[in-house]
Amino acid sequence: MSTEMYKPGSYPNLPPPPGTVGFYGWIKSNLFSSISNSLLTIISVVLVYYLIDGIIGWFFFDAVFDADSKIECRKIDNGACWAVITRRVGQFVYGFYPEAERWRIDISFLTMFIAFAPLLYPDLPKRKWLLWFSGIYPFFAFVLINGGFFGLAKIEYSLFGGFMLTVILGVTGIVCSLPIGILLALGRQSKLTVVRTLSVCFIEFMRGVPLITLLFVASSMLNYFMPPGTNFSILVRVIIMFTFFSAAYIAEVIRGGIQAIPKGQYEAADALGMNYWQTTRFITLPQALKISIPGIMNTFIGLYKDTTLVVVIGLLDPLGIGRAALADTKWNGLSTETYLFVALFFFVSCFAMSRYSLWLENKLNTEHK
Amino acid sequence: MIFFSNIWRNEKSREIIVQIFVLLCIGWFLSWLISNVDANFKALGKDISFEFLFIPAGYDINQYLIDYNNRDSHLRAGIVGLLNTGLVAVFGIILATVLGISLGIIRLSKNWLASKIAYWYIEFTRNVPILLHILLWHGIIINTLPHPRKALNLGDVTFLSNRGFYIPKPLTENGIELVYLFFVIALIFSVLFFKYAKKKQDLTGVQYPVFWINFTVLISLPLIAFFISGMPISLEIPALKGFNFRGGMHMSPELAALTFALGIYTAAFIAEIVRAGILAVDKGQREAAEAIGLKSSKVMKLVILPQARRVIIPPLTSQYLNLTKNSSLAIAIGYMDLVATLGGISLNQTGREMETMVIVMLIYLSVSLSISAFMNWYNNKVKLVGR
Repeated sequence: MSTEMYKPGSYPNLPPPPGTVGFYGWIKSNLFSSISNSLLTIISVVLVYYLIDGIIGWFFFDAVFDADSKIECRKIDNGACWAVITRRVGQFVYGFYPEAERWRIDISFLTMFIAFAPLLYPDLPKRKWLLWFSGIYPFFAFVLINGGFFGLAKIEYSLFGGFMLTVILGVTGIVCSLPIGILLALGRQSKLTVVRTLSVCFIEFMRGVPLITLLFVASSMLNYFMPPGTNFSILVRVIIMFTFFSAAYIAEVIRGGIQAIPKGQYEAADALGMNYWQTTRFITLPQALKISIPGIMNTFIGLYKDTTLVVVIGLLDPLGIGRAALADTKWNGLSTETYLFVALFFFVSCFAMSRYSLWLENKLNTEHK
Repeated sequence: MIFFSNIWRNEKSREIIVQIFVLLCIGWFLSWLISNVDANFKALGKDISFEFLFIPAGYDINQYLIDYNNRDSHLRAGIVGLLNTGLVAVFGIILATVLGISLGIIRLSKNWLASKIAYWYIEFTRNVPILLHILLWHGIIINTLPHPRKALNLGDVTFLSNRGFYIPKPLTENGIELVYLFFVIALIFSVLFFKYAKKKQDLTGVQYPVFWINFTVLISLPLIAFFISGMPISLEIPALKGFNFRGGMHMSPELAALTFALGIYTAAFIAEIVRAGILAVDKGQREAAEAIGLKSSKVMKLVILPQARRVIIPPLTSQYLNLTKNSSLAIAIGYMDLVATLGGISLNQTGREMETMVIVMLIYLSVSLSISAFMNWYNNKVKLVGR
């Protein structure tokens, strides 16, 4: 300790005490601040070590990436047998879409990003022009994927499968359910008793039953409710169910947002002489939607994950393709590899969506920090 | 014309007109649906009747909590399925709650490494569909666990194999009544003591170690009775006989996979709920509690948790509800729950899609609605009272 005396105002800038900043300081305050904390750190390190030791080896170093069957895999090495994936990667991505036509899927998938960019990033340059493309994209993608126009061969829906099916179901469901969800939320808050009751009944029914029962209804019963002789594709029926199901959840999220708006906002709108639709368009929805972004994104992610349920009614999403692969005697018993691969796909896409939602939330946050 | 235009400009009458119009549209739509069903059923020669519920089901269910064989009715098969749904929901909820709360607390820990591990665990788990979790666990159990003959042996009492888990089964003998009796006495005592201690603290400020006293009483009284009456509980240990285990309690691979998957998946959501709930308590509350000299355990128990609970309980209940609804995915691995029995095999055998699906949906709907009614009641009860 220094005992020097300084004149007032001439005290020198001393460095911070050793051990509170820098690498050691960080370690001390974040990993070893107390006895229990140090114990926790040691347990975590051991856990991580075993995880890495066991899993990384199985995943990469001992894994077999190409072989003809499970037995051959086991002859080469004792890690994961990724051959079950690499031999069928085309099916996992495109289902049974004809190989010669797969470029159509590739193009629609890549252009999807161009179509979504102006919607997702409000600051994009030339946004107005790109929005035109977003507007025509659904028709463009439908023509390209479905075919039947401009000399493109018509592809049967039963050939759709793999990750492509997941993306089609997920994106269509997400895009269609948002407007319906907004209408339902407005309906639930409406002054008109009839409209309110109907909205409440619809929302509570959809939220009260498991999605799988709705899919059963779509696959086995929906045709009874249509005029005799109508027969529309199972894919469309499933998309309708997904849309309604997730619209009900979105409606509840947005209702929460609407209820969080201070009453003064409505009074101000009334004072300006705005009518119901003007208030909704310029006052209610912009604020309500902003508040409910995290909830809406969560519902979207939920819908995207729920698309896997279609495997139960026999559509060939990645899980269905995986189960078909496992039913093959050559690959029998490689369920861990197959399901982990599909899980990785879902993790990447859902994690990206949740990151985007965080980014948007921060961007639109106008509160004082 | 002016008359009509006036009606349209009057808010009250306009609302009535709009509502009548909506009602007419909906009525027309419903009648259109019903007439379609009618026409379709006539064409197929079907009718709507619930008599199928009372004819023998004719299929086996591998796990039942109440007696069941394939000569019992579809109704009983449905009840067995419903009980199985309840069973897996209870197991899953217990696992999810314990795991979720621990993860939520670890996530908030000051330890950087532990918090990061919890974070990545949560992100990995909740970004993967629940169906995938179920299939993955089922696959792990039936493909990577050994045959019963080489089952993983945990202390000679519990065995893990690809035919399921075998755990000891408690058997009760004569004299067990005394243990039950003592347990009830201990329970009554602890409730009374709790009330007494609270009253005493309110009046005088003296605090008793209520938790430890009650805990000791609740454990020791039944234990004493257990030894007095000559140890009337014995464990039936599973033993390998031939190709499989006999005795003990058997947890099928399906039930185990479903419990793990539902528990682990829901735990990730519960962890986030717990974390958000604790973070939602104003920082000043903790600082104030520390400033008046409360120990850190008391700060948590008396200040943070009571306030966090208000934020945590409603979403927690809806996670429990989600877990129960997600258990309907059991059908993918062949666990016989309500959807798999009544909505699956019964539907296929009798061809009565309409009736079975209506019953299944109504059951789930009534469970959901009663739980949300409870949630509303609870929310009102714990709502901050503005003064």
